[in-house]
Amino acid sequence: MRIHSISSIAALLAALALPAQADNYRVPGNTIVNEECGSCHMVFPPQMLHADSWRAMMSDLPNHFGSDASLDEQRRIAITDFLVAHSGGRKTGVTRDAKGKPLLRISETTRFIKKHREISPAVWKRASIKSAANCSACHTRAAAGDYDDDSIRIPK
Amino acid sequence: MRHLLIIATLLLATSAQAETPRDFLTRFEKEAGATSSAERGARFFNSKHGDEWSCASCHTEQPTHTGRHAKTNKAIKPLAPAVNAERFTDTARVDKWFRRNCNDTLNRACSAQEKADVIAWLLTLK
Repeated sequence: MRIHSISSIAALLAALALPAQADNYRVPGNTIVNEECGSCHMVFPPQMLHADSWRAMMSDLPNHFGSDASLDEQRRIAITDFLVAHSGGRKTGVTRDAKGKPLLRISETTRFIKKHREISPAVWKRASIKSAANCSACHTRAAAGDYDDDSIRIPK
Repeated sequence: MRHLLIIATLLLATSAQAETPRDFLTRFEKEAGATSSAERGARFFNSKHGDEWSCASCHTEQPTHTGRHAKTNKAIKPLAPAVNAERFTDTARVDKWFRRNCNDTLNRACSAQEKADVIAWLLTLK
């Protein structure tokens, strides 16, 4: 009896833990990352891109998606190390484009595209959303790393 | 005498750490070899310079207000020192943001005169 109840509790815990884990993109706290990345956009979870993508991005900061995000060398290396250490592996899906270059946008990864296939182009263009980079517009708990379906509210 | 020395040391230590917007105004005026003009700063801030963005595109035409990043929509704290005491108090930050933002809006570095003018204008905002 005791064995039975322990195993059912374990099974229940595992069932509860799994879905949460699958969508857990909590960004580990890092003052430099929060200050430098976070001054222009939300701090994107490093888990959402492959290490090669982060390295490629961090080696061309003066041309960062059309903006100059140049940094002193010390901070650039510290941030690169952080992103690479927490980068995603197979979860990101395809990590390179057709020419073999690392993908730089999270929204170009197969995982992202698959997960957002039901969102029409008109929705992305809404003033309340504006950009695929604006995760928090719909993922109300994105700042806490929670991209679970339950916390999605698509604004009008 | 000893007290005076301690006070002098403390004063030196604080001035080395924290700078004021006035310090930057003085520095850029000195580099430019000319006085600043708040009026010219206002014009510069609100005009486009051949590129897609002006300073006001993100910082708004009234930088006493919260701005929005023109691309990401992220909130940008007010730029005017009167409403945001953190502005223009750190050399590394001031130099970093002038470097990046001038490059984004003008495709070149800003001159010391342009920086002095903009700070002079921001200091008039209440």
